[in-house]
Amino acid sequence: MKRTPLYETHLALGARMVEFGGWEMPVQYTGILEEHHAVRSAAGLFDIDHMGQIEVQGPDALSYLQCLASNDIAKMQVSEAAYGLMCYADGTIVDDIFTYRLTGRYFIAVNASNTDKDYFWMLQHTADCNVQVTNLSDQTCMLALQGPKSEAILQTLTPAKLNDLAYHHCLEGNVADVPTLIGRTGYTGEDGFELFFPVEHARKVWDAILEAGKPFGLKPCGLGARDSLRFEAKMPLYGQEIGPDITPIEAGLGWAVALDAPGKERLIGRDALLKVKLEGAKHRLVGFEMIDRGIPRHNYEIAVGGQIVGHVTTGMYSPTLGKNIGLGYVPAQYAKRGTELEVIIRGKNLKAVVVPTPFYKREK
Amino acid sequence: MSIPSDRRYSKTHEWARKEGDMLVVGISDFAQHELGDVVFVELPPVGSKFKKDEAFGVIESVKAASDLFLPVGGEIVAVNDAPVTNPALVNKDPYGEAWLVKVKPANSAEYDALMDATAYLAFTASEEAKH
Repeated sequence: MKRTPLYETHLALGARMVEFGGWEMPVQYTGILEEHHAVRSAAGLFDIDHMGQIEVQGPDALSYLQCLASNDIAKMQVSEAAYGLMCYADGTIVDDIFTYRLTGRYFIAVNASNTDKDYFWMLQHTADCNVQVTNLSDQTCMLALQGPKSEAILQTLTPAKLNDLAYHHCLEGNVADVPTLIGRTGYTGEDGFELFFPVEHARKVWDAILEAGKPFGLKPCGLGARDSLRFEAKMPLYGQEIGPDITPIEAGLGWAVALDAPGKERLIGRDALLKVKLEGAKHRLVGFEMIDRGIPRHNYEIAVGGQIVGHVTTGMYSPTLGKNIGLGYVPAQYAKRGTELEVIIRGKNLKAVVVPTPFYKREK
Repeated sequence: MSIPSDRRYSKTHEWARKEGDMLVVGISDFAQHELGDVVFVELPPVGSKFKKDEAFGVIESVKAASDLFLPVGGEIVAVNDAPVTNPALVNKDPYGEAWLVKVKPANSAEYDALMDATAYLAFTASEEAKH
């Protein structure tokens, strides 16, 4: 199993380590609930160095990415960042990706377990394109600083004016004197930053942020809280809400799919996605809340009137709402708010109701 | 980690303590620590009967659901609502307020066969080493 350069640091902080996507990562330090609440009310620091980074540059970088990424890359200005997906020809999902447009290059963050697959997928499609695609994952460290106090904490460590950095924008600056790409984005539903810098400085940057964050109530946070936070904000997780058996349209990610913009004619999966869009998705990702007592979990079955119609993608006790909630796929006719569903928990059909999503949205 | 010596322990980390001719059952400090934040507890109705090591309830943390196994066979004669309404109690006081059920044991030899505190301490140490 792979380890990040912060492995020993996590152990020293009392983290419990688990396997995730081929990596040995901290799932929690003091407790998932405490870490979850820290991010919602103050701030949390996450080691997400397991994630991959792939750089694309060259004269054809834009037209190449227009074929590979579902979103409209041409719309992006330098220093902008955007969410998108890579799809197969049948419209199903290779991975979800986050693209940063930098001067003369694009920098793409991908899921840990998909890094090699994504990189080969991208290499396979370079024919006729004058581009260089480089896997920078091994030399790039990635941390996430998330929560309402993130800006105040990070500001003590960088001369860059963070107040001027808008959401989904980035800048190339310094954090604790280490050259860092600072992106204002995240996977928790809170304001925050994702930081990319040379891997040899991992310990230095981690320690500096943790120290600077102490007076603000910052806590180191594990993948457990990362999952419960992203889930409340209805951010999809590869392997649960999205994957090679589902299209972005069904997943409710149509907003990240540009089919008609100039340059998207050759988008891989375009015809299939257009068809789903025109005909309407047969299955839809819905959020639901349990009425009966029980916690829905990944892969539990969903029924309507005793008939199995779908499955839970993610479910848990929501620390912010104090309720048992879930996300799952159901036929489109059951996706309407207020529809009664049954979640099959240990052989019992327990009542749930479709509710609006995201379950949690921060006040801006 | 605390392991009181007034009770006995199973390999699935439940404890049983004698109270008259009943046994009070709960989960160990080791178990609550391994689970992390407990957010859901489901217990059986009074009067239900279980064999030794049979699942009698469910305990769920933020991450996952786990079965609760009865360390001795018998009939459930009392159920504690406190951890059902306030699951966090299991993390705070697993040996006291968060007891789960009282059992009328069918065969008292099953209690005697459980690990005492010393044996359980050694057992948890070997479990810990697997991490």
